[in-house]
Amino acid sequence: MYVAVKGGEAAIANAHRLLADRRRGDRSLPSITIEQIVAQLGLAVDRVMAEASLYDRAIAALAIRQSRGDMIEAIFILRAYRTTLPRFGYSVPVETSRMLVERRVSATYKDLPGGQLLGPTFDYTHRLLDPSLLRDEQVEEPLQRDGEQEPVMRVSDILAGEGLVEGDGELPAGHVPGDLTREPLEFPMARDLRLQALARGDEGFLLSLAYSTQRGYGNNHPFVGEVRMGEVEVELDLPELGFAVSLGRIQVTECQMITQFKGSVKSPPQFTRGYGLVFGQNERKAMSMSLVDRALRTDEFEEDVVSPAQDEEFVISHSDNVQATGFVEHLKLPHYVDFQAELDLMRRMRREHDERSREEPGDDTLEAAQ
Amino acid sequence: MAPGVNQIPSDIAPERRREAMGLLAKATRSELEQAWAALPKRPEAEPVRGPETGLVMVRGRIGGGGQPFNLGEVTATRASVRLQGVVGHGQALGTDGEKARLAAVFDALLQLPEHAPAAERLLAEIAERIEGEDTRKARETAATRVDFFTMVRGDD
Repeated sequence: MYVAVKGGEAAIANAHRLLADRRRGDRSLPSITIEQIVAQLGLAVDRVMAEASLYDRAIAALAIRQSRGDMIEAIFILRAYRTTLPRFGYSVPVETSRMLVERRVSATYKDLPGGQLLGPTFDYTHRLLDPSLLRDEQVEEPLQRDGEQEPVMRVSDILAGEGLVEGDGELPAGHVPGDLTREPLEFPMARDLRLQALARGDEGFLLSLAYSTQRGYGNNHPFVGEVRMGEVEVELDLPELGFAVSLGRIQVTECQMITQFKGSVKSPPQFTRGYGLVFGQNERKAMSMSLVDRALRTDEFEEDVVSPAQDEEFVISHSDNVQATGFVEHLKLPHYVDFQAELDLMRRMRREHDERSREEPGDDTLEAAQ
Repeated sequence: MAPGVNQIPSDIAPERRREAMGLLAKATRSELEQAWAALPKRPEAEPVRGPETGLVMVRGRIGGGGQPFNLGEVTATRASVRLQGVVGHGQALGTDGEKARLAAVFDALLQLPEHAPAAERLLAEIAERIEGEDTRKARETAATRVDFFTMVRGDD
């Protein structure tokens, strides 16, 4: 007989009150402000925005504070928040070629128009703990360089001049960009929809998959054609006025990964490309995304699917950390009835097994005696 | 958008208005508030729509210049006001309703010959601040540019 059980309301309320206390921590310390999180934990904010697929620094910082720094919890909160808002529309595609570049490096060309601009990077730091940060340290103003800056040309355009690299990525005429927030996922999917899924995918998952392609699970020999980071304009068409207006700028990181390709019946030998575009400053994610994007393009290049990173359904179905955490973490919620049923079944199986063993003493008892 | 909210023609060129709306979107709330407070005569602005906050799905392009794809959403807030018979629209990233409303007010003021000079002064101020910030950022980035030099090895 199934008996519905209620209870735990007081326990839940008290647990949440305890959570609020632990979140706040030592009251003798000042409470951390949203502005401080945005300004001083900016890359955590960027990661939450990217994987929540919602760009808003203040709200992401609020979610980080609310989740005590649990990034996936913060992402979850942002995903829930976005469902409360109406959709105004789709932006005009952002022009990364017109980005206000804060960083741009290329591993394929040393001297290129615009140059190698390191920007604010952890690269070439020694990863030694800095004791000066134990205190409220004084920080020097950045240096400035005079003179006209060259336009920062896209590396893919340099290679395209020779015709040795494939184009930017075209889909059949009249293709409407898929939107996974509007339609359920179906496999196989077009590259645009895959990129949307990868852009919000878990950084750790994509990083591991990207790493697997380098270690031989998916045949890639990649070069970073270019990584660039900076601000782009977001423009929205206003039908009532008949033109698009800028809503402001957002920061994004873009990666153009270039890989070798021997050629097939359909196409001559050429370099192929993987593409990564991510909210905020996050080149680890942009690079991982571009490697996985390239690995997933097996059908375009008649490549055999032999590795996990090439398996579209495997990658895309498991890249979303809100879905993943929901399904994994639900296991801790009450399963009393499910388990009771399994327990009854297990007892019956054991009883039947024991009865069989008594009826025909033989191998089993012998083994037990040994 | 309610029908017929922008029936009154304005003689401002669409390209200028587009540029102005882009600058108003990048204004800070306090820039807008101060410019409003500094107006000698503050006409009444009647709300037509909003302010309302919603989402815009930002699109990128495959490979940077190819087919569009949906990158992710951004918060945006918009408002429309009617002011001395003209309608102004304000829209900006983020969730600040008062900023969107004031942007709409200045979009309307720009269409009125009597108030256009004040609106233009604000726009010039915003443009100057942004240019200053962009220039400083670009110069800071330029200072991190790698200057390669060749090491001469051996005797000759």
